[in-house]
Amino acid sequence: MDVIKIKSTDDTPTIILDKDSGIFEISGRSLPEDVTTFYEPVLNWLDDYHEEANEKTIFAFKLVYFNTASSKLILDILMKLEEMHEDGKNVLIKWFFPDDDEDMEEAGEEYADIVDVPFEQVSYTL
Amino acid sequence: MDKSNVKGFLEFVYDFYRSMKAHEITLVYEGEITHQITKAFTSLTESNMAKESEANSVQKKVFHVMVECLQNISKHADSFGSDDFLFAGRGIFMVSKGKDDYHVTTGNVIENDKIVELTEMLDHINILDREGLKQLYKSQMKEGRLSEKGGAGLGFIDIARKTGNKLEFHFLPIDESSSFFLLTSSVSRNL
Repeated sequence: MDVIKIKSTDDTPTIILDKDSGIFEISGRSLPEDVTTFYEPVLNWLDDYHEEANEKTIFAFKLVYFNTASSKLILDILMKLEEMHEDGKNVLIKWFFPDDDEDMEEAGEEYADIVDVPFEQVSYTL
Repeated sequence: MDKSNVKGFLEFVYDFYRSMKAHEITLVYEGEITHQITKAFTSLTESNMAKESEANSVQKKVFHVMVECLQNISKHADSFGSDDFLFAGRGIFMVSKGKDDYHVTTGNVIENDKIVELTEMLDHINILDREGLKQLYKSQMKEGRLSEKGGAGLGFIDIARKTGNKLEFHFLPIDESSSFFLLTSSVSRNL
């Protein structure tokens, strides 16, 4: 499978989707000018990955900021992972939040409530 | 401009300056709100707040509110008007800093037939408590599709949640078909 590697900018996150190395990560800031276009390749990639998923998929979100337009697309990504989980694949979401950022912690809790997929909250120090 | 006009204009500039100072306005802009403008204003305000050692949590909240307010204008300001002047994506944007809080204020032209819907939405948000806002945000995120312009309809709810304050808004009539929509949100500096 193709590897997706997008370098972060001041308004878009780093994205790494690498099946062979088992790295699935979205990190940084997300307020792209056009969220739908920005996240489209990620959603398409996940559709392809669904068919040939690794034995275990640990998907890490390590965002420091995202706008409301991005929040909907993050949910779309989580729903793709939920579908994989429903199909019996081994999927774990790791939601990283800075230990002093209650809003980011709460955002993780909300997503965990909405989607039915193993979800782990991990705090870290910036 | 002839000489007396120039003098009058420069006096206006001074009045404008004093008025800005009196209202503690740190940033004011009128025009089209683009993504570049949004990036420039947020990073300018961020660096000012960092210089003034504003608490991290305050900086984050102001940043959140600014982004959502600016995107509201860029995506929702109405695109009507005569051919030589379009209101689409245009408006006034203002940040002011008082002793106790920051205010982020926006103003843009809207069609009168949107006033009822907008008022209902904002009134509804304003009566909800923290938990109610959280539930509304979750259900909107789940059910709301992104509009073709990419607005998720979540901006107002997010502002109310992040600031913990009511959204103050007002409509001023322009003519039979349009009004000026003003919205101001405040972020407390003593969190």
